[in-house]
Amino acid sequence: MKKSLVMGIVMTFVLGFTSQAYSENVQSLRGASDLDSKSNQVVVKRNIPDRDPIERDYVQQPPLVPHKTDGYKINLKFNKCLTCHSWTNYKEAGATKISQTHFADRGNNVMANVAARRYFCDQCHVPQADAEPLVENEFIPVRAIHK
Amino acid sequence: MSINSILEKLKRPGAASLGSLLIGGFVAGIVFWGGFNTAMEATNTETFCISCHEMEENVYKEYQDTIHYANRTGVRATCPDCHVPKPWIHKIVRKIQASNEVFHKVLGTIDTPEKFEAKRLKLAQNVWRVMKETDSRECRNCHNFDSMDFTYQQRRAVRQHSKGIDEGKTCIDCHKGIAHSLPAMYEVDPSAVTGAAGH
Repeated sequence: MKKSLVMGIVMTFVLGFTSQAYSENVQSLRGASDLDSKSNQVVVKRNIPDRDPIERDYVQQPPLVPHKTDGYKINLKFNKCLTCHSWTNYKEAGATKISQTHFADRGNNVMANVAARRYFCDQCHVPQADAEPLVENEFIPVRAIHK
Repeated sequence: MSINSILEKLKRPGAASLGSLLIGGFVAGIVFWGGFNTAMEATNTETFCISCHEMEENVYKEYQDTIHYANRTGVRATCPDCHVPKPWIHKIVRKIQASNEVFHKVLGTIDTPEKFEAKRLKLAQNVWRVMKETDSRECRNCHNFDSMDFTYQQRRAVRQHSKGIDEGKTCIDCHKGIAHSLPAMYEVDPSAVTGAAGH
């Protein structure tokens, strides 16, 4: 009884000490700042202005969007991307046409039109901001697309 | 004063009464005209427009997501800027047409979001038709081809606007659904929904 009481007191001190040591090492995503201090203001990245198509970095990469897409809506009633990139409209708009691979449904049945699973363009095709890479990256594309 | 003498006065009014009639009429005219215009201007405010829940719950909410509500320069176009003509005669015509909208407000034609959605295509097409007929007059109160500097525009915009001028197009031909949600576009332009050509 007395022994376990002593153990309990010792453990309390040990745990208290170690947890304090840990908490000093823990850093939140916003860095080591006090809870009541103000965090640094995040700089909102800007979209890159319109430009030529961006080269792919690997063969299977969905092409990136080389223009702003602010306010573009894709929903049941309307798909802003297709008003330029569809097979009906691409020539008049001077845009890249949507790939025919997007006409196949999950059963590989080729349809006359964009398949539902490929309808939401911006799930894969993303616009670019003027952000520097967060970590160093030495990726080199394969020979087939690397000049 | 007997009735006869009053009649006598009315038959041959003096110079003073003619003057007071003119001046009085002039002043009353200013007051009534001013009052009329003030009342009309009161119906030409955003507050008035969204005093109907039909407007506040549907189109006003959608508009708050768009560039005409919030943008980098802080210029805002409110309801009447786009939906009420500036020239007086066109404004009066539009205000008279609005009595039909009051009528349907009383009937409750679009008093739920579901009813509004069911009517959205027809309502949108009404606005598109009018804007096409007037060569997008209300857009051009602010946006004018003559004062557009294409060198400040992005490449896609330069290309499309140059083409638009050449082909004699008007703003609404391309810029649909910029301030409010679009209706289901299947019937209007299937290529805007599924990319397929028209019927």
